[in-house]
Amino acid sequence: MAHINLNNDLPGIRGPMAYRPETAKPLNELAEILLRDDNNTLSRGDRELIGAYVSYLNDCFFCQNVHGAMAQHYMQCDMHFIDGIKQDFTAAAISDKMKSLLAIAAAVQKGGKHVTAALIDQAKEQEATDTEIHDTVLIAAAFCMFNRYVDGLGTFAPQDRQLYVNRAPQRAEEGYAGLDLYK
Amino acid sequence: MPYITLESHLPGITGLLEYRKDSAQPIRELTQFLLRGPSSLSEGERELIASIVSSGNECRFCTTAHTAAANMLLGENETSDKALKDIATAPVSDKMKALLVIAAKVRESGKSVTNEVIAAAKAAGATDIEIHDTVLIAALFCLYNRYVDGLDTFTPTDPQYYENLADRIVHHGYTRLPEGYDHLKKTISS
Repeated sequence: MAHINLNNDLPGIRGPMAYRPETAKPLNELAEILLRDDNNTLSRGDRELIGAYVSYLNDCFFCQNVHGAMAQHYMQCDMHFIDGIKQDFTAAAISDKMKSLLAIAAAVQKGGKHVTAALIDQAKEQEATDTEIHDTVLIAAAFCMFNRYVDGLGTFAPQDRQLYVNRAPQRAEEGYAGLDLYK
Repeated sequence: MPYITLESHLPGITGLLEYRKDSAQPIRELTQFLLRGPSSLSEGERELIASIVSSGNECRFCTTAHTAAANMLLGENETSDKALKDIATAPVSDKMKALLVIAAKVRESGKSVTNEVIAAAKAAGATDIEIHDTVLIAALFCLYNRYVDGLDTFTPTDPQYYENLADRIVHHGYTRLPEGYDHLKKTISS
C-alpha cells in the first residue's frame, strides 16, 4: 500500500501522477523531451536504456521494468539482452560510445561529484558530443528523481515483468506527454 | 571548467537551463509549482527542504542558493543554520521536523522512506499532500544536485552572487526571465 491515500489503484508512478496532475504534467513533458523527442542524436533505445540502467542501480522495480521494456521495444531485443546490460554493460554487445555514456550515468546515480574528468574524456574519445553528455547526465539525474518519487511514496509495482513488455509498444506509440494515466 | 561548453556568465544551474531550454521548461514549471504554487507549506519551509537535500548531496551551489532563499523568506538565518546541522533540534514545528526527516530519507533512496517516518509525519499533523510534495521536492533536488555537479558547473564563491540569486528566486520565482540572462554579463566575472 502506498504511504499516502492516492485515491486510485494505479501502479507505480501513475498513482501519484493521477493524484497530483499539476506535477504530472511537467514530469511527463520532461520524459517526452528527454526520452522520446526525435530531435536527438541518441536513439530512443539508447536513452531508455540509460533510464532503465539508472533505475536498476536505484533498485526501482517499476521504473527499471517500464524503461527496460521500452529499450527492449526500440532495440528489438529480448529481456535477456537488457538484463545482461544491467548486470555488466561493459561485456554487452553495445557501442563503445554507449558504454562510456552508461559509465557516466552510473556515476551520476552515485552523486554528481562522482562524474570525473576521466569519464568525460572517455566519452569524448568515443565521439560523444556535448549535447549527448548533457542529455546522459540529465536523464540519469531525472531517473534519480523518478525512482525516488515512485519508491519514496511506497507505490506498488506489478511483479510479472512480461506485463511491462506488453505495454511498451503502446507507450512508444503514444508517448509520455498528454499520457492517459488510466489507460 | 564545466565538462561541456556553457555560457561563462551563467554559473551553476542557470547555464544548464539556458544550454537546453526545451528540457529546462518542464523543470522550471515543476519547480515553480512545487516551491511557489499554492500549498499549506510556506515558501520558506519548502526552500528549507531544498536546502537540506542539497546539503546532504554536498552540492554547494544549490545549498548556498536555497539556504539564501529560505533565509530571505523566513526573515532570519537561525532556522536554516540549525536545521542543516541537526533536524531534531532545529527551531521548526514537529510537523516540519518530520517532513525534513522524510526529505533526508528520500535523498538517500526512495526505499529508505519507511512506514515509521511516514507515520511520524502523519502523527505530527502532516497531510497526504504535504507528504507527497515533500517527497517530490526532495526527489527534484536529487535531480538538480546531480545535474549541477555532474557537469561540473562553476560555483561562485562571492556571497553577493547568492544574495542576488535568492532575490531573483524569491521575487521572480523559477520561470525563465522574460528578458533572458544577458544582463548578468555585466555583473559576473568568473
